[in-house]
This record gives sequence, C-alpha cells and structure tokens, in this order.
Amino acid sequence: MNPWSSSKEAVAAPCSRCGGWRLLGPGLLWTVLFCLLPILVVLAVSFATRGTYGGVLWEFSLENYRDLLHPLYGRIFGQSLLLAGMTTGICLALGFPLAYYIARLPPRRQALLLIFIMILFWTNFLVRTYAWIFILRTEGLLNTALMQLHLISTPLDLLYSNQAVLLGLVYGYLPFMVLPLYAAIERIDPALIEAAWDLYADRWSLFRRVLIPLTKPGIIAGCVLVFIPSLGAFLTPDLLGGARSMMVGNLIQHEYLVARDWPLGSALSMLLMLIVMGSLLGYFNAQSRQAGERGER
Amino acid sequence: MRKQGLWLQGMSGLGMAFLYLPIIVLVVFSFNASRLSATWQGFSWHWYGVLWHDEALLAAAANSLWVAVLSTSLVVLLGVPAAMGLERLRGRGKQVLDTIMLLPLVLPEVMMGVALLLFFVMIQWPLSLATVVIGHAAFNLPVVIVMVRARLQKLDPRLEEAASDLGASAWQTFYRVTWPLVRPAVLGAALLAFTISLDDFIVTFFVAGPGATTLPLKVYSMIKSGLSPEINALSSVLVLASMGLVGLSLVHQRR
Amino acid sequence: MADLSIDIRALVKRHGATLAVDHVSLQISRGEFFSLLGPSGAGKTSLLRMLAGFETPDAGDILIDGRSMAGVPPNRRPVNLVFQSYALFPHMSVTQNVAFGLEMKRLPQGEIVERVSATLELVRLSDKRDRMPGQLSGGEQQRVALARALVNRPAVVLLDEPLAALDQQLRQPMQTELKTIQAQVGLTFVCVTHHQEEALALSDRLAVMQQGRVMQVGRPEDLYERPENLFVARFVGVSNEVRGTLTDVDAGEGTLLPGDVSSSRVIRVSVPAGLHSGLQVVMTVRPERIRITPGHVADGGANCLYGVVETMRYIGSEWQGVVRIGESLRWTIHASNTAAGSRPVPVGAPVSLQWKSDDGVVIPLT
Repeated sequence: MNPWSSSKEAVAAPCSRCGGWRLLGPGLLWTVLFCLLPILVVLAVSFATRGTYGGVLWEFSLENYRDLLHPLYGRIFGQSLLLAGMTTGICLALGFPLAYYIARLPPRRQALLLIFIMILFWTNFLVRTYAWIFILRTEGLLNTALMQLHLISTPLDLLYSNQAVLLGLVYGYLPFMVLPLYAAIERIDPALIEAAWDLYADRWSLFRRVLIPLTKPGIIAGCVLVFIPSLGAFLTPDLLGGARSMMVGNLIQHEYLVARDWPLGSALSMLLMLIVMGSLLGYFNAQSRQAGERGER
Repeated sequence: MRKQGLWLQGMSGLGMAFLYLPIIVLVVFSFNASRLSATWQGFSWHWYGVLWHDEALLAAAANSLWVAVLSTSLVVLLGVPAAMGLERLRGRGKQVLDTIMLLPLVLPEVMMGVALLLFFVMIQWPLSLATVVIGHAAFNLPVVIVMVRARLQKLDPRLEEAASDLGASAWQTFYRVTWPLVRPAVLGAALLAFTISLDDFIVTFFVAGPGATTLPLKVYSMIKSGLSPEINALSSVLVLASMGLVGLSLVHQRR
Repeated sequence: MADLSIDIRALVKRHGATLAVDHVSLQISRGEFFSLLGPSGAGKTSLLRMLAGFETPDAGDILIDGRSMAGVPPNRRPVNLVFQSYALFPHMSVTQNVAFGLEMKRLPQGEIVERVSATLELVRLSDKRDRMPGQLSGGEQQRVALARALVNRPAVVLLDEPLAALDQQLRQPMQTELKTIQAQVGLTFVCVTHHQEEALALSDRLAVMQQGRVMQVGRPEDLYERPENLFVARFVGVSNEVRGTLTDVDAGEGTLLPGDVSSSRVIRVSVPAGLHSGLQVVMTVRPERIRITPGHVADGGANCLYGVVETMRYIGSEWQGVVRIGESLRWTIHASNTAAGSRPVPVGAPVSLQWKSDDGVVIPLT
C-alpha cells in the first residue's frame, strides 16, 4: 500500500468555463436589461412619431432624422462639437505640463498630488460647477472683489456665456486628462530621456521627437476621456450657459421633458451616440495601429 | 532631472490652484455671516444651522443615503462575481462581453438617463426611488467590475490551483483564498460607487419619481430658483463628504 | 604626454553621506580604449555619468580635449553614451535612431544619410536599417546603440557595461568586434565593467576602482603581473598569497620569512624599489605560474611549498584545484587538460608547488 496515496476523494476539477458564465450571469443580465435594452428602445423610438400630447405613436417614420438636418439643430451640434473640441485642447495644454511635473516628483509627493487630483475627480460635479457660479456672477466673488479694489465700477458680465461654459467644462474635465497623461509619462524609461539629451537634443526637440510620440497613447486616452463627456455635457451649459449656449445635452433634455417630443429626442440621442462610438472606434484603431507600428511582438 | 524648471513648477502650481481654489472659496464662504454671499461679514455657523433644520433637505439627504446604500449593495453583489466571471472566460466572445459590460462607462450620462426614462415608460414601470436605485446600479456596475478585475489580474493564478490541489471546493477556495485578497479592492470600489451614487445628478434627474428627491436634485432646484446662502453650506458638506469617502477609498487601496 | 583626450582632476561625488567618487584623477589619451573596472559600488558608474554630464561633481573638474566641462549640460558635450539597456527610441527605426544626434546638430540631410549608411555598415546592420528596435535581437540592438553614438564622431565614446546583457556565446565575438571597430574609428572609448576578463581583453589601459578610489591604473599586463595592492591582486585574477616579513633586501631581491606557514624552505622574491628589510608584506603568485609535482620534491630549491590536494574540478579546458598548505593556507592551482580529461593529481595526494622568484609579487601591508 503506497503510503503516499491520497485518501481524499477525487476533487472535481473546477469547470472554469461554466463557472465563469454562472458568475457573470446576473451582472450581465442586469446590464443587458437596464442599459442595452433601454438604448435599443431609444433606437426604436427614434423611428416613431410623436403623439398629440407627447408619448409615442408607433408609426415608422424617418421624419425625426430629417428634422435633424434643420439648421437650428446643426448649429447646436456644431457648437457642441466646437466647445468639446476646445475643452479637449485646453485641457491638453494645461494638463500635459502638470502631468509631466507630477511624473518627475519623488514618489511620495507624486502619490500625494495624485490623491488630491483623484479626489477632485470624484467630487460632486454639481457642486464644482456651482462654485463657478458663486465666483462669476454679477454679485459673485470676483466682481465683488474687483469692485472693492476699485478696479472696475460696474460688475463684469462673466456668467451665462459660452466662455463660462468653456471654463466650467475645462474645470470639470481637467482631471480626466491629467491622470492618463501622468500614467503614460510615468511609464517612459528615463534612460530614453537621457539618451536624447546625450544626443544633443534641446528641450523643444526632446519634447517633440521623444516625449510626445512616446506618450501618444496617453494623450489619445486623455482626449477621448475629455471629449466624450464634454460633448454630452448637460449641467455645465445648463447652469453656466446663456440662452445661446445650448449644447446637445440640453437639447435632448429639452425635447424629452419640455417639448415632450420623444421620437425627436431619441433621434438626437442616437446621433450623439454615433459620434461617441465613432470617436471610440477611432481611439481603438489608433491604439492597435500604434502597437503594430512599433513591431511589438 | 530632479530639479524642475521654474516654468514647470509655476504652471503646475497654477494648475493645482485652479483646480482647488473654487472649492476652497466655497467652503470658506459657507461660514460667511452675511446674507449677500460674496462680501465677507464675519464668521458664522448660521447657514449650517439652517441646513440642519430644513425638513425637505433632510428628507432628500435620507433619500440619497438610501439610494446609495441600496445601489452600492446591488452593485457589489452583481459586480464581484461578474468580474471573476469575466476573468475566467476565454475565447472570442469575451471581447463582446467586455464591451457590453463596460458600455455604461462610455455613454454620456444624458443618454443613460433618457434611455432609462423611455424604458421605464415603455414597460409601464412608474418612476420612483426604486427606479433611481436601478439606474444607479446600472451605471455603477462597470466601476466595480473594472476595479475588482484590476485586483484579480494581479493575483497569482496558481493560488487557486494550489487551493484546489489541497482539496478545497470552489466555494472554499473563494472564501478562504480569493476573497481575503480581493476584499480591499472591493471595499475601495464600494466606497467609490457609494460616492458616485450620492453625487449623481443627471440619471437621477430623468428617472426620479415625484417625491423621490435626492440631495443633488435639491441642490439643483435651489440653484435654479435663486441663490440662497444655504447652498454654500450644503455644497461644502457634500464636497467634504465626497472627498472624505474617496480619500478613504484611495488610502485603503494603497495598502 | 600624448594627446590628452580626457583629464579628470580630483573629482569628488557624494551620494548622501557616502563618498561615491573620492578625489579621483585620471588621464586618458586620444584613441585609447580605457576601462573602469571594479565591483558594484566602486564609483565607476558615477564617474561615467559625470563624464556624460548626467551628474555634477561636488568638487574637481573634467577636461575633454583641453576644455573644461564644468556647467556644460549633456547635450552640449562632445561625448556620447552607449547605455547599458541600450535606450533605443522604440518609436523610431534603426536609421532614425542612428540619425537622431546628427539631426539635433542640424547637419545637412545629405551628410546625415551618408554618415548613417557608413556607420550602419561599420556595425554590419545595413540590411536592418528600416527595422524597429522591437524587432531586433539583443546583440543587434546593442550594435544600433553603438552606431548611434559613433555616427556623431564624438571626442569620447562612453560604454556602460556593454556586454553585460549578452549571452555567453555572443560575448567573445562582440568583444572582438568592439575592439576592431574602435581601432577603425580611432575614437577614445571609456568602458565601465565589473567583468575582469573583459576589461583585460579590451583595454589599452584600465583603472581598477574600489569604494570611489582608483586602486591602480595601467596596461592590462601591468595590473595582472605587477599588482600594487591586495585589492587589485585579488580582483584582477586569482591571488595565491603568503604573508611574512621581508629580509635580506639587496639589489632588487630579497627573502620572505613566511608568517603563516611553517616552512624550512626559503622563499626568494624580487623586491620593487622602495621596500626595505623588516617590512610586513604579502607575496602573491598567479595560479598558472605554479608548477605542480606529485609527492614531496626533495631538493626543490627555493620557492617550493608542500601541500595536500583538497579539490580538483574539471572545467573542460583545464583543471582547477585547491591545495592546502600547512594548517590553513589554501592556494588555487590550474593544470592544463592535456591528458584527455584524466585528473593530473588525485584528491588527497601530497604535492609540491614551485614557482620562479620573478613570479612572486611583493605587496607591502600598510
């Protein structure tokens, strides 16, 4: 009798495949039910017609999409794209130096600054937007301070404008840009920077020829993370914007809750979704093309 | 390389100041004794007192807490197994599943809110606090999944094999080996989901029923209906609460 | 004094409380292949980085081609570094990597193309010019790193542990190639390594460093045959030692009275200038200079010690063994494998170890 023979009964090998499905199941069901399905509903409704008192008449129609071609909607979409684009650009310009600075700090200070930024990242967006109202409005902090310092005699009209919306968007999404940038910069082998320096590069060439190409994935990630939410922004233009600062988010809300034209609102949502998905596809494409270019095995 | 140019230091200082100044200003002025919020007229706890006695506000706060607790529990119960399941699955279908599960993260919130609203109307489910819980659970699920998966990926796969080699059943392996190692990430994710739920506005805005006011909704209506100084106090409370919770979550994760 | 390429004067560098480089002075001639040899922590990497400009000395100066490098940043020095990890730009092809330094100096495009081609030919990578670093083997990556430095024709080429990352089989051919290339381009090479054999094989001259100080500078044969201190004796080769007192010093010769081995035998040594009778010294002999005879040779004459074989290991090209002399003295011996693998002396057998007095180097104990 082999003294090493086991007395335990054969343990069934854990069936990783079926186990995986059973674990994923409930979560998957939930997401399908309360995320995927609703989106499909929106898609369906976008092809329907508005009922007389709001509500939906299930008659197939392409009216809504044709309505989108109306210059009014075109203007709002265009403005949203412009604002989202400018927000992304400004966040990149501000975020890159900040991320670069943090990436080169000693580890403990790095962790500290990162925690501060991440905390901001998750803090109440509504409150952060309201802070700017408090500062910028006619009786707000900035105007009061400037008047008390006798620098101006009448309060500046800063709020309720496109510029205020831009400011609010940049403020809201800057952390979304800094964090992926930091991750990309931090990953660069410091020997590469030294090698460029050793090979006579000045600061600008270092930046342009080495730093930027090596952090490209991070830059693209940051841009996507800022562009997409800015495009669909609702609160910022709603609170900080004026009558002419309407963005797609506000428009959708307006159609749904004010004009009660659900089919039109759905069509708008689908268009927004298209642009978002398009940007994401572009992002993934860029990522895989990058890896291919490097000859990464 | 350690010494950074003045330009960099200056820009970064400006950047951090830009990020934090508005909040600091808000908190400071919440202690302003004056009615006209922008001129400083002495330190006072007055507005916090007003908050404390505002019935409607307290009800909204209670609602927010309920929704946060319920949706976070849901999200943990669904998300942890889902993360484990996703890690185990292989094959081509995996990409599709990954995309589906992470979908809410990339959708603009307006879309989620609007889609859920339509959905509930279509299946004739009346809007209430429950619909808010459902909505929160739907868009917070990927948050938990991403964070738990990140932790799972760092886990040595041999550990589970070792456990089953030593006779442990699937449940025992999970309870005695996987769970203790994954728990900090789950806690961190739960705290994060809780915070996001407390702070959420847009989805809540679309799917809340009458009487199902949460704190962010209340703040919004307060801002829209003309500013009263309580808003500063309320905002400060919200900010400090979220900062505290997130800070806790982050510190916890670093262990 | 030949054309001085590098003049290092009393260089000091502190890392926190430790002195990484301790008042080091060195002169390196133009076109020399010079190595800095030493164990980790010896300060050689710090010295290299100060030459490149990535670290600033706390005191002292570095002159390259007569010009002081104080305050000169790396991108303005006539120096190029071949990094230990190669540090090739992953997003640029081989050609683009090699051309980088020339582009930074704003040379005309035609000249850049010409020089890059010539250098790629020199390192035999012309057929890989459009590959990306991720597609190259370790040896190929190293040649790109070398080409990237050489193409700029700097006054000094620095190499940080150039062969450390290569497989054993690649090291030998790469050593030869490195030496050939250096001879061809005629540039000054300064190489940092902890690998003693490599330093000896590659260098025209080398400096052995320990704890921030230069222990000895000279040609490989100077360091190997005539080490000036125990550290060099032990680091550059194997050192078989006998301690004792020096006596009868006369016209460059003397007698060693051994302190740690009882021997009625006389040990004759050649004595370097400046040493006198009565000094406590160590005599060191290289293993290959010792003749091994089985048994106790009766009339061995001077410089003959008796011992017992403790171990005898076969490593293919030769046998390496340890012989115990007296109570505690152990010497390493090498014996050629001339008899198809059969052991020259059995373990446990008595042997006589003999060597010429010229081969015993006397080092004073300070």
